[in-house]
Amino acid sequence: MIATAYAIPSVLVFLTAALLILVGAVGVLAMRNPVHSALSLIMTLFGVAVAFVAQSADFLAAVQVIVYAGAIVVLFLFVIMFLGVDRREDVRVEPLVGQRVFAGIGVVITVAGLITLLARSHWVTGAIAVSSSGRALSTGSGNVTQLGGAVFTTYLFAFEATAALLIIAVVGAVLLARRERAADAPGGDA
Amino acid sequence: MNVPAAWYLVLAAVLFGIGAFGLLTRRSALIMFMCIELMLNAVNLTFVTFSRTLSDIGGQAAVFFVMVVAAAEVTVGLGIVVSVFRRRASTSVDELSEMKG
Repeated sequence: MIATAYAIPSVLVFLTAALLILVGAVGVLAMRNPVHSALSLIMTLFGVAVAFVAQSADFLAAVQVIVYAGAIVVLFLFVIMFLGVDRREDVRVEPLVGQRVFAGIGVVITVAGLITLLARSHWVTGAIAVSSSGRALSTGSGNVTQLGGAVFTTYLFAFEATAALLIIAVVGAVLLARRERAADAPGGDA
Repeated sequence: MNVPAAWYLVLAAVLFGIGAFGLLTRRSALIMFMCIELMLNAVNLTFVTFSRTLSDIGGQAAVFFVMVVAAAEVTVGLGIVVSVFRRRASTSVDELSEMKG
């Protein structure tokens, strides 16, 4: 790598990730067809995966693509098609007067506050942690080893809790989406 | 040398802002869920950036758990959307006003 300033490849990777993330995120908001929004969401998720790889979080990048782009967005698309709501929503009407203006002001204040906090405080360059692993973050396949070590030792209880959470979520989803008996089913979709 | 962490943090802040704006302005429950995913991803990006900066694997472990919770949340949330759609034939959150006083 070039020792000067910032290496060109890492800057290019950052710009690519930023472009993917921001274009996709704006697409989610701006598209009127929910299917197009879901496809824009995939773009953002890939951008975040690129940013993960650039910061040597290889395992999370793989999980990001498999779980988010592969499972969650497919679930979104499945529900959109299942419900048949893939018709256009008119985003020009604004049922609550001034909602967008106030939302815009609130969001700008929040983001400006975050960036100011970032610029004025020094926690960005805080001390190197000695807590969890005690050694520097490794790259490549070492990342998987380290993350696995952390998840199965320090965070073992949380990991077991997520197993219970997933089971409960699956049971809950089945219960919620189950068709009621013919008594109050309004008919329609199968 | 990698790009400074602040670049990624600003990117994550902007992504969070876009997600929050969408959550506050869009009416379709499905799009609102997607905006929540955007905000969760912004937070994940922040976690990974700090994990790199501070050389602490705990940040990446937190992202791992955020992903699991996001998957569970989407599963239950979409179940609720399907169940509401059965009764109302609409995913607009404006229709859900029975609890209004």
